[in-house]
Parts: sequence; structure tokens; C-alpha cells
Amino acid sequence: MSGHSNYEPKNGFEKWLDERLPIIRLGYDSLVDFPTPKNLNYWYTFGGILAVCLGIQIVTGIILAMHYVAHVDMAFASVEHIMRDVNYGWLVRYMHSNGASMFFLAVYVHMFRGLYYGSYKAPREVLWLLGCVIYMLMIITAFMGYVLPWGQMSFHGAVVITNLIGAIPVIGPAITTWLWGGFAVDDPTLNRFFSLHYLMPFMIAGVVGLHIWALHVPGNNNPTGVNVKSKEDTVPFHPYYTVKDGFAISVFLLMYAAFVFFNPNALGDAVNYVPANPLVTPAHIVPEWYLLPFYAILRAVPDKLMGVIFMGGAIAMLFLLPWLDTSKVRSMRYRPTAKLYFFIFVIVTLILGYCGGQLPDNKIIPGLTTFQVAASDLNSVVWLSRLATAYYFAYFLVILPVLGLTESPLPQPESISEPVLSHSANAPVGAAASPEKRG
Amino acid sequence: MFSPQLKGSFKVASTVVGATPEHHTGGEDPNRRDFIHIAATVAAVGAAGGLAWPFIDQMNPAADTLALASVEFDLSKVETGQQVVIKWRGKPLFIRHRSGKEIASAIKDNHADLRDPQTDEERHKAGKAEWLILIGTCTHLGCVPTFGGGDYGGWFCPCHGSHYDTSGRIRKGPAPKNLAVPEYTFLSDSKVKVG
Repeated sequence: MSGHSNYEPKNGFEKWLDERLPIIRLGYDSLVDFPTPKNLNYWYTFGGILAVCLGIQIVTGIILAMHYVAHVDMAFASVEHIMRDVNYGWLVRYMHSNGASMFFLAVYVHMFRGLYYGSYKAPREVLWLLGCVIYMLMIITAFMGYVLPWGQMSFHGAVVITNLIGAIPVIGPAITTWLWGGFAVDDPTLNRFFSLHYLMPFMIAGVVGLHIWALHVPGNNNPTGVNVKSKEDTVPFHPYYTVKDGFAISVFLLMYAAFVFFNPNALGDAVNYVPANPLVTPAHIVPEWYLLPFYAILRAVPDKLMGVIFMGGAIAMLFLLPWLDTSKVRSMRYRPTAKLYFFIFVIVTLILGYCGGQLPDNKIIPGLTTFQVAASDLNSVVWLSRLATAYYFAYFLVILPVLGLTESPLPQPESISEPVLSHSANAPVGAAASPEKRG
Repeated sequence: MFSPQLKGSFKVASTVVGATPEHHTGGEDPNRRDFIHIAATVAAVGAAGGLAWPFIDQMNPAADTLALASVEFDLSKVETGQQVVIKWRGKPLFIRHRSGKEIASAIKDNHADLRDPQTDEERHKAGKAEWLILIGTCTHLGCVPTFGGGDYGGWFCPCHGSHYDTSGRIRKGPAPKNLAVPEYTFLSDSKVKVG
């Protein structure tokens, strides 16, 4: 997409087309000849996996839309019709519902990869921001998609999330009514959610195009975080990474298929197989697993508006990250202290996910009552959520800004090739094996 | 911004007059050209804004949704100490026939430490203390509170643990406001019109 092109049209037709629409050149430059750091590990295959996930969601989604009816009286029944009557409807629907989970699983790995190797730092800030936009669009799309089957969890999940907007002072209630198209979540809401749920994946696809464009300007980051210095540091994308990505995609699809065929409802909530009833709220409302950390942050704050602000702030942190991390060293391989805090951060997000799935008053350690401090029970899920929320924000707002100025990073290699080709004392473990001499 | 033709004419003008190429170089009548630019821009922005409003407002409640906004209910169906839930504007509506004891406990707490201070009298029609009519959605995030639950015998919201008293006032938990009282009128002693 940028820079010098090595494409040579192979025949008369390609030459003719290249002078009119250089689309083969674009494909060749970005998917075949693109110079890619030669040290990318398997954490770097998740971009390709995500592209496959988006493709599967769009294809299965278009099929489901052929059979689904967006009406409060028929939505639930039409989903059951897809499951029972439509040829292979069960397969397409389970691919779509589990595909959403797989999509988020892959995006979280992809994001943690970026966090660990400093892929958000200059000159890749715009690349990172576009990724954050994609993530936000994914959240909104997934939320609207979850409403469509019109089960109990669909309905009351929609009620709770749209009511969050009502927390905005003055204009909040008017915006909520506008979103609903009525005085409650009802038929107009379902219809517009269906329309937008169909639209947004294509918006995601558009931003993915920009994301790849922004990737191909500076090129890939790599596990050392050191810039590409010469042609020796790179290999062409094809066949090296088409094959590596292809293998990773195959393994990922195996796991995906295991869910679809052997435990398709493992990641969903059984309550959503009860048709929506606006007059009865399920005892325990939870979002899908991939949004649980944010739900835990929402509930950790006792005030409604502040809860919403903290939840939005948790995503805003990701947008601000390129300017919050003050370290010039990209990869945490060479930042031992930051690495420690990073792994705590990963664990903390998992703890938040756990807390989001529990009732706020549940005990962490059953039977333990000695952690009563004043009126608060520190052994409760809500207090664990509060501690984890505090660390989540501290990681972005305190740890990363301060650490970049105070820590002493390990020496970085001169180039991507250097730790492999020389027997430097700084070479990471396992890198001294001189693979080029093995034959 | 400018078409190639305009740029060309600027070039000619600047070589002749020697002015800066950005502004007032349109030759004979620079003010006339500025006026056309500004007027065209204003017209385009105005048209876009005018068109944006219908596209935004279409999502607000439609006429038929608004037309369904009121409902009549026969109170004789509700025994003392009971509550009936009906659907109004897509939301649950609590119609509670309060016992003397429940009314007394609500009045007793009129001056308790309330998050959203209101006396019991402000929450029912004058002389109709036994009838409490409320919108049955928790003011926290819109779940439906369960009848008779919680520490104050009013309602308890299962979602995030808000407790309401027998006047529907928030007493404990994350909800910021009392259960809302809808607009309603008594058509007769046993008939009420909500909305």
C-alpha cells in the first residue's frame, strides 16, 4: 500500500488492468511481497485469525438474516425455527454465536500482544487507535446481536445497557427514549438494533481496511520492538507468514469447531432460552463473558453516573495509551519491571471478568467472615472488583507513565538479526542456537 | 477547495495585480466571489443540517407508540396487601393495594434519612393512601423489583440489590431515585386512568 513496488505484470491482461486499476499490484505489494520482520512469533498470527473471524461472522450473519424475523412476537420463534427447521440452520447459528466469542477471544490476545510488545508506540499510534475503534464497534455490534434472539437475557440486558445512557445528566433520559423509539425496550428497539447489527460489521470491515493500511505504512512491530534496519531483518509475507498464519488459523478453527459441534452453549446463558418477558427480570443479569470485566467495573462503583464514567473510562484508557506510556523501549522483553506489572494487569483483567459474572455480595472465600472492616465486607466480590478496578486504572494512569521515567531497561539488540546471528551476552534465552548453521 | 479553472484565473490575476493568491484575487469583483463562496457553504451546511434532523428524529417514538400511551384499570381486582402488575408503555406498572400497616410504616419513615426525600403523601393521590401506583422499573438500571422483598417490605431489585420501602422510596442500594409515580387520575372510586 505504500513505498516501492516490485510487481511485474505477468501477461497482457495483467498489464492492461494494471494501467487502469492496479488492484493486482495492491494485493501483491501487501500480501505477497510485503517485507515482514523475520522474528514474528505466534502471537502475531491473531491479526489473520481476526480477519477470518470477521469473514465468518459476516457470511453466517447474512444467512441468519434470511431466516430471522425482527419482531417482538416472532423473533424468539424465528430463532427456534432456524435451529429446528432451516436446513443446517443450527450449524449456521452456532457458528455465529460461538463465532462472536471466538472473535473476542482473538481480539483480546491481539490486544495483549500489542500491549506487551509496545505496538502502540510511535510510529504506530494511529494503527493502535484504529484498533481501539474496531474494538468499540465490536462491542456495540455484539451487544445488539445479543438482543436479537429476544430471550430474557437479551431483553433485560438491553434494558440495563440502554439505561446506562440515562445516567447522563439532563439529556440522558431523552437520548434513552430516542434509542428505544418508545418508552421502553420494545419492537422499535428490536428493529433498529437488527438494522444496525447488520450495518456495523461492514463498518468494522472498513476500519479494518484502514487498520491494515496504517500497519503497512510503518510495517509490523516485532517481538524485539527494534526497528527493521535492513533487508536482512525481513522476509516476504508470502510464503513465510501466509503459511505461519494459515497454520495458526487452522489450530484456532479446530478449537472453534470443538465449541460449535461439542458444546455450542457452553459460553452462552441458559436464561436466554426463555422468551423475553418485560414484567419479570431474571434473578441474575450478566452480559456475555467478553464484557464481564467492564460490567464488574460498572458495579464496583456505588454511584450510577460514576459507574458509567468508569466503565467508559476503562476503554478510554486504551485510546490514551500511546501517550500514557512514557518509555522509549517498545518491547517488554527489555523492561523487566514493566513486564511484572503487565502480567499483574493481565491477571487483574481476568479477576474483573470473574467478578463480573458473580453476584456483588457473593463471598470470595466461602465461610470466611473475618474481613469485616467497618460496614464493608472485604471478602465480597464487590470489594475485589474495587481493588481490581483501582489496579486497572493505576496501570494506565500511574504505573506506565512513571515506570517509563524511572525504570532501567535491559540493553536492546542493535537489530532484529543481531541476537540471532551473534553470540551476544544480551541475547534472549534460546536465541544463541544459531539456526542458520543447522542446515 | 477551488476548481482548476478558478486556480488558473487566480494565477493570471496574481501575475497582473501581484496580490497574494489566497484572498481577494478574483479579478474585477473579489467581494462578489467571497459572497458566493460563503452563501454556497451556508446553504450546503443548512441543507445538510435540515436533512439531518428528520434522519435523527425518525428514531423518536412514533405516533402510534404515543397513541398507546394511556391505559385504564379496574382497581376492584386488587385485594388489600396485594399488587397487580400491568404493562404500560412497554414497562411494568405496579398497582399496590396497601394495608394500614404498610401505610403506617411509610408515614413513619417520612423523615428518615432518605436519598430522594419525599413524604408518603406526595406519592399517592389525596385521600387514596391505600392505592400506590408506580412505574415498576428500578431507577438504577431498569430491572423489575420484586414485590414485598428487601429490608423495608416494599420492593427489592434482584439485579443490583436496591431496597424500596412501602412507599416505593429508595432506602438502600445503588438506585438514585424513588420508584417513579406516573401521571394518573381516578375516573371513579374503582377505576383509574394512567397516562
